Amino acid sequence: MSGKTIAKRQGRWPVYLRRGILENIAIGLIGLGFLMLFQPFALVLYTFSFITMLVGTVMFIVVSKFPE
Amino acid sequence: MTDSQSSVLDRTAERLAAATPVPLARKVRGLSDKGLAWLFITPTMLLLLAINIFPLIWAIYLSFTNYRANRPNEIVKNVGLSNYQRILGDQDIWIAMQATAHFVFWTIALQTLIGFTLAYLIDRKFRGHAFWTTVILVPMMLSPAVVGNFWRFLYQPQIGLFAYAVSFFTGISPTEIEMLSNVHLAPWAIIIVDTWMWTPYVMLICLAGLRSIPDYIYEAAEVDRASHWRQLWSITLPMALPFIMLAVLFRGIENFKMFDMVNLLTGGGPGSTTEVASITLKREAFEKWRTGYSSAFAIILFVAVFGLANIYVKVLNRVKNR
Repeated sequence: MSGKTIAKRQGRWPVYLRRGILENIAIGLIGLGFLMLFQPFALVLYTFSFITMLVGTVMFIVVSKFPE
Repeated sequence: MTDSQSSVLDRTAERLAAATPVPLARKVRGLSDKGLAWLFITPTMLLLLAINIFPLIWAIYLSFTNYRANRPNEIVKNVGLSNYQRILGDQDIWIAMQATAHFVFWTIALQTLIGFTLAYLIDRKFRGHAFWTTVILVPMMLSPAVVGNFWRFLYQPQIGLFAYAVSFFTGISPTEIEMLSNVHLAPWAIIIVDTWMWTPYVMLICLAGLRSIPDYIYEAAEVDRASHWRQLWSITLPMALPFIMLAVLFRGIENFKMFDMVNLLTGGGPGSTTEVASITLKREAFEKWRTGYSSAFAIILFVAVFGLANIYVKVLNRVKNR
């Protein structure tokens, strides 16, 4: 893909859908899910840990394909 | 590339072309570069699909069923998300996760602290530092099976050296130091062995980080009369931090899956105090033969490790871009 095409693609791409921030949110979700999985305080947090981690991981895989 | 080098390469290519059997050459001649590339990577991809991807997809499928590997002729029923719901509401598995967290947290904390300190000392390049580096690296090179077995002897209350060493310093009778059968001491027995074995690995990564810091930064700090303590906090630690994080993530992923050492030292006991997630998984899969249930548990652990691996790759890219 030429530099011009990338610039064009980046120009059309909404700012809030750019990779950096979304990747950080995904990593935050994975980290949160991980903490929820291992914490000793509330069973309900443990119950929802897997879905949090799964959402974070899928989100990371998807947003890592977005342009910077 | 010089003319002589390119002519040597040309001659080699011609020789290789001449050596290719005629039928094969005829088949390959019509292929594009992309086609050739596919031809080379297809066997590897097929192998990976067969030994990695297929078992994963099969485990995902089994996690939605009530399949039991010891009853292969029984009708397999689809149970939907019930295996996942049972695991994520099970107190015993929650406790196993906490045991895993305790083990992972303390091993990483100790390994990072001791590993970085050792790396910092080795980086001073004192006389004989190469010899000491080799000595420190020895535990990492041993097989976990060997390490597990000889630490079991070291922990023996009657004949073990560990009990006698602790007794020498504390005055407690060696027979009272039951590292592997005491509920409070058994988790620490495993933490000590894992720390002993894997601290050199953390040290190596930290050493790579310390060696990557250019000398001129320290020289500039010396000119500014910065103390050694100040240099450590303002130069060494911030610049080695990506490497330390890398070591932490890598050990985190490995320790999360820890099985061999725990199985050899305590087998999950006494009671279930050292029953980490992988031991529970093995019990569910190969002692209770609840294959569907244990597949769901394995998928939960897989997602956790895969999530951590994503963070690991991101940190690795940051380190590479430095």
